[in-house]
Amino acid sequence: MIPEIGEFALIISLCLSVVLAAVPLYGTVVNNQLWMNFAKPLARGQFLFLLISFICLAYSFSIDDFSVTYVANHSNSQLPLQFKISAVWGGHEGSLLLWAFILSGWTVAVSIFSRSLPLDMLARVLSVMGMIAVGFISFLLFTSSPFGRYLPRFPEDGADLNPLLQDFGLIVHPPMLYMGYVGFSVAFAFAIAALLSGRLDAAWARWSRPWTNVAWAFLGGGITLGSWWAYYELGWGGWWFWDPVENASLMPWLVGTALVHSLAVTEKRGVFKSWTLLLAIFAFSLSLLGTFLVRSGVLTSVHAFASDPERGLYILVLLIISIGGSLTLYAFKAPNVKSESQFSAISRETLLLINNVFLTVMAMTVLLGTLYPLLLDALGGGKISVGPPYFNAVFVPIMSLMALAMGVSMAVRWRQSNTETIIQTLWKPLVASLIIGLAFPFLYGDGFDFSVFIGISISCWILATTGLEFVMKFQHSTSYWDRLKKLSLSYYGMMFAHIGIAVVAIGITLVSVYSEERDMRMEAGDTVELAGYLFEFKGTKVVKGANYMADQGILIVTKDGEAITELNPEKRQYTVKRSMMTEADIDPSLWRDLYVALGEPLDENGTAWAVRVHYKPFVRWLWLGGFLMTLGGLLTVADKRYRKKTL
Amino acid sequence: MTPKRKKRLTIILALVFGSSIAIGLTLYALEQNINLFYSTSQIAKGEAPKNTRMRIGGMVVDGSVERSTKSLEVAFKLTDYETQVKVVFTGILPDLFREGQGIIAQGELDANGVFQADEVLAKHDENYMPPEIAETMKKKVEAAQ
Repeated sequence: MIPEIGEFALIISLCLSVVLAAVPLYGTVVNNQLWMNFAKPLARGQFLFLLISFICLAYSFSIDDFSVTYVANHSNSQLPLQFKISAVWGGHEGSLLLWAFILSGWTVAVSIFSRSLPLDMLARVLSVMGMIAVGFISFLLFTSSPFGRYLPRFPEDGADLNPLLQDFGLIVHPPMLYMGYVGFSVAFAFAIAALLSGRLDAAWARWSRPWTNVAWAFLGGGITLGSWWAYYELGWGGWWFWDPVENASLMPWLVGTALVHSLAVTEKRGVFKSWTLLLAIFAFSLSLLGTFLVRSGVLTSVHAFASDPERGLYILVLLIISIGGSLTLYAFKAPNVKSESQFSAISRETLLLINNVFLTVMAMTVLLGTLYPLLLDALGGGKISVGPPYFNAVFVPIMSLMALAMGVSMAVRWRQSNTETIIQTLWKPLVASLIIGLAFPFLYGDGFDFSVFIGISISCWILATTGLEFVMKFQHSTSYWDRLKKLSLSYYGMMFAHIGIAVVAIGITLVSVYSEERDMRMEAGDTVELAGYLFEFKGTKVVKGANYMADQGILIVTKDGEAITELNPEKRQYTVKRSMMTEADIDPSLWRDLYVALGEPLDENGTAWAVRVHYKPFVRWLWLGGFLMTLGGLLTVADKRYRKKTL
Repeated sequence: MTPKRKKRLTIILALVFGSSIAIGLTLYALEQNINLFYSTSQIAKGEAPKNTRMRIGGMVVDGSVERSTKSLEVAFKLTDYETQVKVVFTGILPDLFREGQGIIAQGELDANGVFQADEVLAKHDENYMPPEIAETMKKKVEAAQ
């Protein structure tokens, strides 16, 4: 009964979204207030019914209703409750339901928090979001309903959730990432609404900006969580694999970052307007492309669920309609956009333009590397894969150049700046960063290393120039405390995000250069030394978990004779699917992680094991920086100027 | 040419110049880093180049896995159900590596026709078959009919 209610609620929400997509928009065309007023209740109704649908699926999981195919394939009676609930989005159908549910959540949020928006704009924005909802809910219903039944005979127990997904990471990573992906639909809807209305003044930038910032913050947070999860769960200590699906999330993030900056310029200075519109369209299109790549099964990846050509085709058509339609609209309307002010070649506007160019180029290179194998295969050029060296080779230099420009922008003012003043302000931080970068590899490592020199110089450069910008705000004030309070939350948001970039850069540089790793064959009593730490293998013991059996290794770690910690990596066998899982054990700290994973038993009686030992300096900084950026993005939204009732 | 047009031309030329350098470098980097995929039959026929990085895919032949007793060296055979290729790898195999499972190995073919892998990838799903193998299999079924 419950699954049928869920399916029915899904059908109702589809009907509501069809009406939402058509009626308020038509109201704006014929200028009928009543029809425009339909937008809000429809958005709420759509959310309510998707919520019901979502709860029905979660309920079916929690009571182990294995007559539902999706539940039977992704759950098991022995699965702990929190994983039964998060298993809702552990497969294709459920994760799409989550997608649609979050979309309706964003739609409702727009209808609630946009009291300052004129009625016709709100009607357009909600209608555009309704159109996206039509696309996704119909996709769910027609190709991938999670409520299908195994009838008349259903399995007694479920096939279990993939062990990799039985983890805290599954609870937080997909919802957070989807919040970001789908959140760009709001920026997209605002851009389309602006194009439709022809009202392309800076006002739409102000409306769209807080939404874009939140979406960007969530996407960054989701990527960070994903990286952290992969690090401890996949068992080989990597934090970024240039996996096509990671790229699929990185591309909208890069374009989103460009959008966040471009929107700031549009709101403050009234320039770059048509570029901002284009970025808003691209950010969401790349989110859709990401969904297509992941859900269609055209790519081989850890994230690709069961593939089905029909589903791929459906998303591809959706993708073509939305990208093609919005770009056509853009082509017709964008020439009417006029800039409201001028700026000279040496100004913050120019530097932000450079930042945008770099970010877009990076997104393009990632896109090229991700799609190239697909294109070549489609053209009959053979099967290839593009490896991490490609991405590192193009990504790192562009990123470094961008970081350089980022520092310069801190010393440059809006409209126009004086070159001499800029040089005067910047030469000291530049020299200091270069000296620190030069000295660091000698002090921390054993000698000069070019990557470390570049990485540390750049990080210091960002930190120093950001700090300098902050200090300059206090030049003419007598009371520091008053000045601190007067600075807007957006400003603090920017500070946090920029510091976050520097922290990530330090993390990437040091963990890439100074990591040490050994794969060993170890028997009880064997020791291995790594970066000054002595790991002694004491053998394994059998432990029993909720739904698995495990061999738990015992490793005692000492440094210079002093006990540091005991690590207990596990090799688990999940009883239902009899699938093996490596559960690494980590001794984390801000300066270094000690990471141990058990490979496989190498002989019959299980005394010798393959053991992997890692020493990972500064790896935590990666995620720390990522979360700083997320925090920065969220701070900007709390800014007073977005809370004004009227404009 | 008016000064305005001249300025515009300079900007356009700079853009064209900049983007062609960027595209050129990107394509160069791409050329250097693509790994071609070969099936075991292609290798047996000698179609695959020696000492070049590549990927091979296949199913692990039952009973072919041999482990060293001293180190982490392991040798096994891959097949596309037609021919077999010996693969040598030193390191920790992924959790889902087992006999009969479809895997992909990355590395180089040495002079003796043995594939020296530096990476072994298995999908995190036991029903998985690399699409490349699935395709070879499909062709074979079609040919048999």
